Amino acid sequence: MPYEAWKDNEYIESLVKELQDNGANVIVGSFDKLINWGRSNSLWPLTFATSCCGIEFVSLGAARFDMARFGWEVARSSPRQADFIMVAGTIVNRMAPVVRRLYDQLAEPKYVIACGACAVSGGPFKKSYHVVMGVDQIIPVDVYLPGCPPRPEAMIYAIMQLSRKIKVERFFGGVNRKEKQEEFLKNHPIDEVVD
Amino acid sequence: MFDFSIITTWIDNLLRSFMPEWLTVVTECVLIGFVLLLAYSLLALFYIYFERKVCAAFQCRIGPNRVGPWGLLQSVADMFKILIKELISLKYTDKFLFALAPYLVILASMLTFAVLPWGNGLQIINFNIGIFFLIAVSSIGVLGILLAGWSSNNKFTLIGAMRSGAQMVSYELSIGLSVLTMVAFAGTMNIVEIVEAQDRLWFIFSGHLPALIAFVIYMIAGTAETNRGPFDLPEAESELTAGYHTEYSGIHFGFFYLAEYLNLFVVSGVATLLFFGGWMPLHFPGWDGFNEIMNYIPSIVWFIGKAVALSFIIIWFKWTFPRLRIDQMLSLEWKYLLPINLFNLVLMVLVIAYGWFI
Amino acid sequence: MAQIQDTIAKLFPEATFEQDDTLLVNIPDAKWHQLATQLKENSELAFDFLVTIVGMDWKDKMGCIYYLTSTTHNHHVSVKVTTDNREEPVLHSVSDLWAIAGMFEREVYDFFGIVFVGNNDLRRLFLSVDWNGFPLRKDYDENPALNPVSTDNERQTDFSTAYYENAEGKVERRVVRVFEPDDFVVNIGPQHPATHGVLRFRTAVDGETIKKIDVYMGYIHRGIEKICEKLTYPQTLHFMDRLDYFSAHPYHHCLCMTIEQAAGIEVSRRVQVIRVLMDELSRIASHCLFIGTYCMDLGATTMLFYTLRVREQILDIMEKTCGARMTFNYECIGGVMQDLAPDFVDDVKALLAVIPKNIKEYNKIFTGNVIAKNRLEGVGYLSKEDAISWSVSGPSGRGSGWACDVRKTNPYSIYSELEFDEVVRHEGDSMARFKVRMDEIVQSARIIEQLIDNIPEGEICAKVPKVLKLPVGRWFRTVEGCRGTFGVYLESDGATSPYRLKIAPPCLPLASVVDHITRGSKIADLITIGGSLDYIVPDMDR
Repeated sequence: MPYEAWKDNEYIESLVKELQDNGANVIVGSFDKLINWGRSNSLWPLTFATSCCGIEFVSLGAARFDMARFGWEVARSSPRQADFIMVAGTIVNRMAPVVRRLYDQLAEPKYVIACGACAVSGGPFKKSYHVVMGVDQIIPVDVYLPGCPPRPEAMIYAIMQLSRKIKVERFFGGVNRKEKQEEFLKNHPIDEVVD
Repeated sequence: MFDFSIITTWIDNLLRSFMPEWLTVVTECVLIGFVLLLAYSLLALFYIYFERKVCAAFQCRIGPNRVGPWGLLQSVADMFKILIKELISLKYTDKFLFALAPYLVILASMLTFAVLPWGNGLQIINFNIGIFFLIAVSSIGVLGILLAGWSSNNKFTLIGAMRSGAQMVSYELSIGLSVLTMVAFAGTMNIVEIVEAQDRLWFIFSGHLPALIAFVIYMIAGTAETNRGPFDLPEAESELTAGYHTEYSGIHFGFFYLAEYLNLFVVSGVATLLFFGGWMPLHFPGWDGFNEIMNYIPSIVWFIGKAVALSFIIIWFKWTFPRLRIDQMLSLEWKYLLPINLFNLVLMVLVIAYGWFI
Repeated sequence: MAQIQDTIAKLFPEATFEQDDTLLVNIPDAKWHQLATQLKENSELAFDFLVTIVGMDWKDKMGCIYYLTSTTHNHHVSVKVTTDNREEPVLHSVSDLWAIAGMFEREVYDFFGIVFVGNNDLRRLFLSVDWNGFPLRKDYDENPALNPVSTDNERQTDFSTAYYENAEGKVERRVVRVFEPDDFVVNIGPQHPATHGVLRFRTAVDGETIKKIDVYMGYIHRGIEKICEKLTYPQTLHFMDRLDYFSAHPYHHCLCMTIEQAAGIEVSRRVQVIRVLMDELSRIASHCLFIGTYCMDLGATTMLFYTLRVREQILDIMEKTCGARMTFNYECIGGVMQDLAPDFVDDVKALLAVIPKNIKEYNKIFTGNVIAKNRLEGVGYLSKEDAISWSVSGPSGRGSGWACDVRKTNPYSIYSELEFDEVVRHEGDSMARFKVRMDEIVQSARIIEQLIDNIPEGEICAKVPKVLKLPVGRWFRTVEGCRGTFGVYLESDGATSPYRLKIAPPCLPLASVVDHITRGSKIADLITIGGSLDYIVPDMDR
């Protein structure tokens, strides 16, 4: 896809600028490139779906849209082995601890795509007593994907955006994403699990 | 047929010319280890790519095609990612066993590489009980799987490991018996000699009926040994999330993932050795011209080509059949495969005794 | 109707009657259990199918409306039982008569706080143990501070409560164990690939054998019924897409019919034909996806890709006309939103041409496979009596020999004019449920074939007032969704929004019956059985 065709170029550029301000070593920089190449091209989703968006995610894996082309088809059922969680569907109060737990169980580096209107903001269930108004209240989100449900093409676009975002990340030296994530988790604490 | 032992002997002599005996052995071991690791990882990368493409073809899809030309670098990218993925350390687990398990699994599949007949004269170690050694070391894998399931302190992994234990111990019998059938036919356990014995005609042809039965049983049992569909109960996604390796992340999971594919290669490699002549080209008695032409293809190509072709069949199984249930799987082994196998062994003995083979 | 009224009046002189679209019997709570026993046991009445229990809050009174159907006589009745006590509302349970009633009563308890005496397992169903208040009561405080979103793990209890009457007739509370103390309990879900969404099974196992399953729902409970009370009638429609997202068209159809009936709106024949066409197309798409995901659960992943091909083709047809792939919001009150796309007829004909070929292919790959036969045949047996008692309708009920197709028993729209067979199988196992769906694809294709060449001209939407107000009253309609009998109960107090909109989903009984069917099976069979019932979690949770 040509650079001009993307929608959020300003965001990525500001991210790159912020990173480059800190200055990067040449050798370390090329290591980063290699790692980011690997990470951005090998995104394994977690098999996670609560409602309609999950069915579109199935369609995304099917022959018509074939996410295997990008190497995203290795959907892992165990959160330990997945790279990103596609929050496909409404998250309700009762599900919130489960989602948070799944996020905590993912191994670093981990990413989140809020997929569909419900996960972004509560969507059509804004007036409900039992719906979390946006999954970003409980876990940090990397890419927001609107739609009810988003079309598979839109999902491809969202995951490609995520992949672009990963490409400009830095593994060695100051990593901005990690700090932000820690900050978020500090503000949204959970109790120690008691056995 | 080009004999690779010319090269290996030359290297050996070269090293010996300026090194003492013990240093030569050490250097050779290091060299072999390096080559083995390289072959191991390259094969694994190839197999992962191969399976993804084959499965895509069965499912009317394209499969990986974005990373590198034709998506060839897809599994390389996966490898880079998985190498630097976080290794999660869990509370309330047996840390030592938890860390040991993936290495055991990968060790088991790697050791079997030592005796596989890669090409004419291209073999790491040649000794008189080669095939016996192969069966022995490949069984270590089940220990790793059991440890993984046990040490994770998770009910799913435990059930997965128990299933895997029951499955592998049972199917080991079938593998052993069908190997035994072929060993009886070849009259030797030495791998080089087994291959040489197929110089005239591959065993699958010369041993006709009993060899054919042994081959079919070996393929079924081999599929079960590698924990692949339709016998993928230990890691049945829809039942046990990811089975015995549910709690593993990063490269530890990568080891299990690699071992699965490498075991696939080992199983098809052994089938190649026992039934399709190892590295031996396709020969038919009497067709001398044809045999000469076949000899032009290098032996290593023959071996890997045959192994990949057999792996293709196993992959085909996986993407076609539904999964068996644990009791059905065990009754398949104990009620059908084992008696047939024993009968087949007797049949083979008769064939040998009366000289009915071609 | 009159005959039922006579029979009941003879037995229970204190009962009063109202005539809505069904006969409504008012009965005091004290006599309710006796009446229920008579309704079920009396051979003249034989109401063996409990369609739903509608919990109600009439501000001055609380109570329930029971909708009952007789599968032998094919007649209907509804019973209204009320209590004046708002603080501690108590009614008598009928969970000993209809197996599914226990689950329905838990739902009513969850939403209204009505306690059922005699129900042995009265816990919250959708909401967590610590939830404050009963959301569907009219005086429920929706302040989010009372029930904040929390990331702390939900409190887990192994105990349930039961209420019973002691010798003096006083209601007492008793604590019941859900599992035995030494059971090995495996938690399956809510995040698990086999649960088709976010359902949770706590499974007591003995080795690989299942001893008991405790089903937890509510991980996608969005409170649609409560939201609907705040919206106008046209606004409530779009939620039907988000219940069972495969039966979006039939569900829309049902609510539209209910509102049209209430408002006295006549729809043109063109609209009816279009609606039926869409219903049947979505039934094919839904069953195709069922076959695919079911085979995937059993390990035959490749089938999913073959069935999704047909589904994609149908989605293309839908998209051309409705403008969306899944949440169509196509039917509206009085008709449909847009006219059919110009090439609709050609597309559908192309689809009809490929369906027989595809069915043949599916049978070749999966149904005839010896492993599939071993996995499915004889697994998860459900008898006809149990299916009715548990209200397992739809293809799953028909797999047990219960002819429960609403399109045949109570034909709506133009179904009475159409020629099609009701697919019924008597084996009652997973294979029967699977094959019923396979054959229903053929029958749906047959219906479409009859209609596709005869779509009459006409208006696509009747004149409907901008601000729609329904007269005071109550209506209950059922349609055949893709997974079973789907009902909508609508009560209006004359305002622009419904006083109560109760959705009776087919998937709630389907999930409830899992425990009953799976006892004594292997863990792997849980996947087989759960998959063959084909429940959709957002549908049962609402």
